[in-house]
Amino acid sequence: MPDGSARNTLLPDEGPGGVGTVETKRAVVFEGDRPLTLASGATLPHVEVAYETYGELNPERSNAVFICHALSGDAHAAGIHEGDDPKRPGWWDNIVGPGRPLDTDRFFVICANVLGGCKGTTGPSSIDPATGKPYGLRFPLVQVRDLVETHRALLHELGIERLLAAVGGSLGGMQALQWAIDHPTEVDGTAIIAASARLSAQNIAFSAVAREAIMRDPDFAGGDYYENDRRPDAGLALARMIGHITYLSEESMREKFGRRIQDAEVPRFGFDVDFQVESYLHYQGQSFVGRFDANTYLYMGRTMDYFDPFEDRAHVQRQIAQGETSFLVVSFDSDWRFSTEHARVMASELRGAGAPVTFQEISSPHGHDSFLFPDPAEYHRTVAGYLDRLATQRGISPRRSLAAGARN
Amino acid sequence: MRPDLDIVAGLVGSGQRVLDLGCGDGALLENLISERECSGLGVERELDDFHACIARGVPVTQGDLEDELPRFGAGDFDVAVLSLTLQAVSRPDRVLTEMKRVAPRLVVSLPNFAHWRLRTTVALRGRMPVTDALPYQWFDTPNIHLCTIVDFEELAAELDLAIERRILIDANGHRAPKITSRAPNLLAERAVYSLTA
Repeated sequence: MPDGSARNTLLPDEGPGGVGTVETKRAVVFEGDRPLTLASGATLPHVEVAYETYGELNPERSNAVFICHALSGDAHAAGIHEGDDPKRPGWWDNIVGPGRPLDTDRFFVICANVLGGCKGTTGPSSIDPATGKPYGLRFPLVQVRDLVETHRALLHELGIERLLAAVGGSLGGMQALQWAIDHPTEVDGTAIIAASARLSAQNIAFSAVAREAIMRDPDFAGGDYYENDRRPDAGLALARMIGHITYLSEESMREKFGRRIQDAEVPRFGFDVDFQVESYLHYQGQSFVGRFDANTYLYMGRTMDYFDPFEDRAHVQRQIAQGETSFLVVSFDSDWRFSTEHARVMASELRGAGAPVTFQEISSPHGHDSFLFPDPAEYHRTVAGYLDRLATQRGISPRRSLAAGARN
Repeated sequence: MRPDLDIVAGLVGSGQRVLDLGCGDGALLENLISERECSGLGVERELDDFHACIARGVPVTQGDLEDELPRFGAGDFDVAVLSLTLQAVSRPDRVLTEMKRVAPRLVVSLPNFAHWRLRTTVALRGRMPVTDALPYQWFDTPNIHLCTIVDFEELAAELDLAIERRILIDANGHRAPKITSRAPNLLAERAVYSLTA
């Protein structure tokens, strides 16, 4: 979801880019006589997926860990792209690498852009083969289970039939949860962080305002702005600003900005950006429009709004009974977007369905963004410990350096 | 596994859905899950113990058992276990009542504060006792609600909890010698109960 703010908070002894130089690859996962049929019944004739991998797949193919990314994430989870600033690694670099919780000495880590995304995987900005033009709003609405099916198809291409774990924060956590429910025999463990199994009215309300901001932008042009000179940048920036307010906690905002004035000692008393928090939001909005597609923002927002995997409890119970997958559910006390209550509901539903669930609320000042931060250390300790246990069950060798494990 | 936990496990039985309150490092639950076909959940506040549970693959909620208990649904479990923890909670009566709500059967173990060695320490030396079973000083002890076997059984009766079985154990957690049952409140260092609602 948020993605840039955690990058500058790496601990001094954890250099960025632990996995080194990486590149985004692409695979065609549905085409020709094998189209992707969505849960809604709609079909997509051609689906490409952008993905990255870190570490090595073992001969038993039992050490694959899939990272599901959040709303504004992409396949570039860790390491550095050739030519990029080495201080700006992938969005979850602090958790992926040798000796880190997603330990690339032992695990084969995969991250892929979601269906409907705008970072290399087929989405509304892709060309519709039927018209030769970008889909725009003619792209079908997608559900979390469609995101999962697309990534399963990628795993099939990579020759992986089973995951050691699916791991994700926010919308990524929703995908990990759906993966375990839809394919319980294909996932040993599932780590669901700062996520929700059912958005609250407040969540949906924020989502609605963000959607309106985009769709009411005169440059939105009904979603067909790709060939125009102007794009709905103002609307997308506004949507992103609203999002960012919900990602931070009141405490972290107070600490970061307080009521300080930007570039001045005294207020200027006007309607332009004056307070530091305004400048921050403005920057977040502006930098977002350069790297994200407004239509993808709309689609992912809707995907989250409609997510309701426990709607049919009997179905979930039958699914869970088929496999032996376990769950780790983590929430953060300062996260008011997906509060601990969301996590408790999820843990309780999963337990009710008969699954083994470990749950922890971690005290952190960073709000919903907490899942992107390496501190407090308790967070990575829990994720690392959970993955270590799954690895032990699968006979994967223990962490090379205990010190590195303890540090994380 | 500690011998007293073995006795607790025996009372829990096989194939049960178990809630272990204050589950420590998860040794009991691991045994119940792997040896006795139980499914289970632990609740543990201490972080090191919580992580020990994760390492064992025992499902656990990190938190205070008195906060967590009310969140469980009525009858969510078959057995609720409280092993050497009753004396450390702020309201033992409420904890027992809540346990009764979430499970029809309770397994509770406790140190007996009326054991003769503790009695004599207070009576003859005039000091709060420090023993293997209760190794803390009065000022740093987590054991804020110590009771005796007689006290506990009286509370159980008040809460309509029927004592199904009682096993007296020594400080090492082994079954106490037969003679102990002649005067349990004086001779037993600990007791384990199976109670039904």
